[in-house]
Amino acid sequence: MSVLVDRHTRLVVQGFTGSEGSFHASQMIEYGTNVIGGVTPGKGGQTHLDRPVFNTVAEAVAQEEANTSIIFVPPAFAGDAIIEAAQAGIQLIICITEGIPVKDMVIAKSVVDRHGARLIGPNCPGVITPGQAKVGIMPGMIFTEGSVGLISRSGTLTYEAVDQLTKAGLGQSTAIGIGGDPVIGTTHTDAAKLLMEDPDTSAIVLIGEIGGSAEEEAAAYIKEHGTKPVVAFIAGSTAPPGRRMGHAGAIISGGQGTAQDKKRALADAGITVVESPADIGATVASLLS
Amino acid sequence: MNIHEYQAKTLLAEHGVAVPAGKAATTTAEATKIAQDIFDGGSSLVVVKAQIHAGGRGKGKTKKSGAKGVILCRSVEEATAAAESLLGDVLVTIQTGEAGQEVKTVYVTDGVDIESEFYLSILLDRTRSQHVVMASTEGGVEIEQVAEETPDKIIKEWVEPGLSLQPSQARRLAFALGLQGDALKSGVKLFMKLFAFYDKTDASMVEVNPLVLTPDQQVIALDAKVTFDENALYRHDDLMALRDESEENPLELEASKFGLNYIKLDGNVGCMVNGAGLAMATMDIIKLSGGEPANFLDVGGGANVETVKNGFRIILEDPNVKGILINIFGGIVRCDRVANGVLEAIKDPEIAKKVEQIPIIVRLQGTNAEEAKEIIDGSGLNVISAVLLKEAAEEVSKIFAA
Repeated sequence: MSVLVDRHTRLVVQGFTGSEGSFHASQMIEYGTNVIGGVTPGKGGQTHLDRPVFNTVAEAVAQEEANTSIIFVPPAFAGDAIIEAAQAGIQLIICITEGIPVKDMVIAKSVVDRHGARLIGPNCPGVITPGQAKVGIMPGMIFTEGSVGLISRSGTLTYEAVDQLTKAGLGQSTAIGIGGDPVIGTTHTDAAKLLMEDPDTSAIVLIGEIGGSAEEEAAAYIKEHGTKPVVAFIAGSTAPPGRRMGHAGAIISGGQGTAQDKKRALADAGITVVESPADIGATVASLLS
Repeated sequence: MNIHEYQAKTLLAEHGVAVPAGKAATTTAEATKIAQDIFDGGSSLVVVKAQIHAGGRGKGKTKKSGAKGVILCRSVEEATAAAESLLGDVLVTIQTGEAGQEVKTVYVTDGVDIESEFYLSILLDRTRSQHVVMASTEGGVEIEQVAEETPDKIIKEWVEPGLSLQPSQARRLAFALGLQGDALKSGVKLFMKLFAFYDKTDASMVEVNPLVLTPDQQVIALDAKVTFDENALYRHDDLMALRDESEENPLELEASKFGLNYIKLDGNVGCMVNGAGLAMATMDIIKLSGGEPANFLDVGGGANVETVKNGFRIILEDPNVKGILINIFGGIVRCDRVANGVLEAIKDPEIAKKVEQIPIIVRLQGTNAEEAKEIIDGSGLNVISAVLLKEAAEEVSKIFAA
């Protein structure tokens, strides 16, 4: 099994013919993801990367039975792209775009919820189930098939953790990049639920960062419902309050969202918290041995 | 993006939110004139407030004159003296650090009579992904303190996505603050207008502390702190014009011009990383290795010769830097190309001169990492290469062991 994306994924790429969309669509095709085509309004009927281009997501659903979408459109239009995907009946919408206004996301998320769809991101690296489907911008070659699930807000930090796991001989079930924005479709808790309930996942790596209280909420869920070993790292112990550390969501404000608070909540939930990001792989290996 | 109080008050007034009369002044003469007008209007108190972005002005002090950042004045002469003591001086507050911030503008405003003080703010509730309006009877106090000690004194109204604050919600807030009669009407109007302002301008926070009730039953915003969502500024040219670059760190400002996300910190090990999460993790590893991070620097997805060169230049502007750790996880970007970029950047004469005394640790991982290490090891330059994050950490420790 695994979660979210697999061999049954029929992926439509929104922003298909743009430079980002083209590049990553070809990378995903090369990885073996079932990319059924893409959407670029006004270019419907053309062919791109040997696949059909549609004017609307609804057409991609009607003609090619797309069930998953990945969004590469620019930030000013990305909120609309999410809403379009939800209205077209796409069940899983993965938004890579960085820099979407918060106001647009509040509305887009509520529309996604109303349609019963799931949103991953925005401002995220995507989701990969190694050996089956890569729906994102991560480098496919560092991943291996296996049973460790990952949840993370950040791209390269996820790759770092995956690389350590692969080098320690541990493959991954599914890696979920949930995104670094203040409004995201799928939280640490949502992703933890998916992986806890996945029979093919034997351990979970949870990577958090300063800002908000999503890690504390995930800790509360895991404390109550956790059935598998979890290793966590929180980035930003050295970040000063009031400064946004790259990600829009990574900011300690009003004394809330510090790394120390998060680590305490996670440790209190029986989660193994590593202080150094260099120790993630070895710690998972020791818990599983 | 932060703006000054006087800018916030002007915007609020334009959007129909009641604020005390007041104007900004950049000279003592201007300040005197504004104060005169306010006293002529029948007021008995004028407040002169230093305009810097940092908070804690009321408790802050200027370096030369020792004046507080917020001064109450009973006469035009006092207002003149207050403006004189602030303008051109440097104000140090709990938020500015020791360097302080130069006061180039003062806000001269009517010190209205107050019957009661409240707290009001609008921001995003991340847990619910909804905008929330928060009010409290505990005005003039830090809201964090209220949240900690008496959380039941904070009233919240969550706004439905895509809608405005509803009149029923505004009424609930007003009733909870104990407003009645004319005060109730005035309060409801202010809450609705303030949310409309927040929504229309893509604000990320509006905080009014204190919100006050005057003896004639008017609810007005005595103070206002407004920040805007940077991601939405592209659709607000008028707001973009309010940016005061002199309030921003010059190195951070320069870095942003090269597409680099740089934040200056107080430590001694500079770092250059691709990706915000990995950049924070790299700062943490510097600390665990016995150093203190001198900066946060995310070079983003495209680590090429130009970005690396500019990154080096900006890190080296900081005299506290005793070592530099470059940590790039090559995914789609190939490490051997990044390695060549780093070497080329270091050969730049200006950079070469500065890095002679400073150890540089380059950690490249991911695609073609081994080839990258060979390129760096074979370069003959004073650069230490590492492949694993653990190895990089050990190299940082060596700087401080020596």
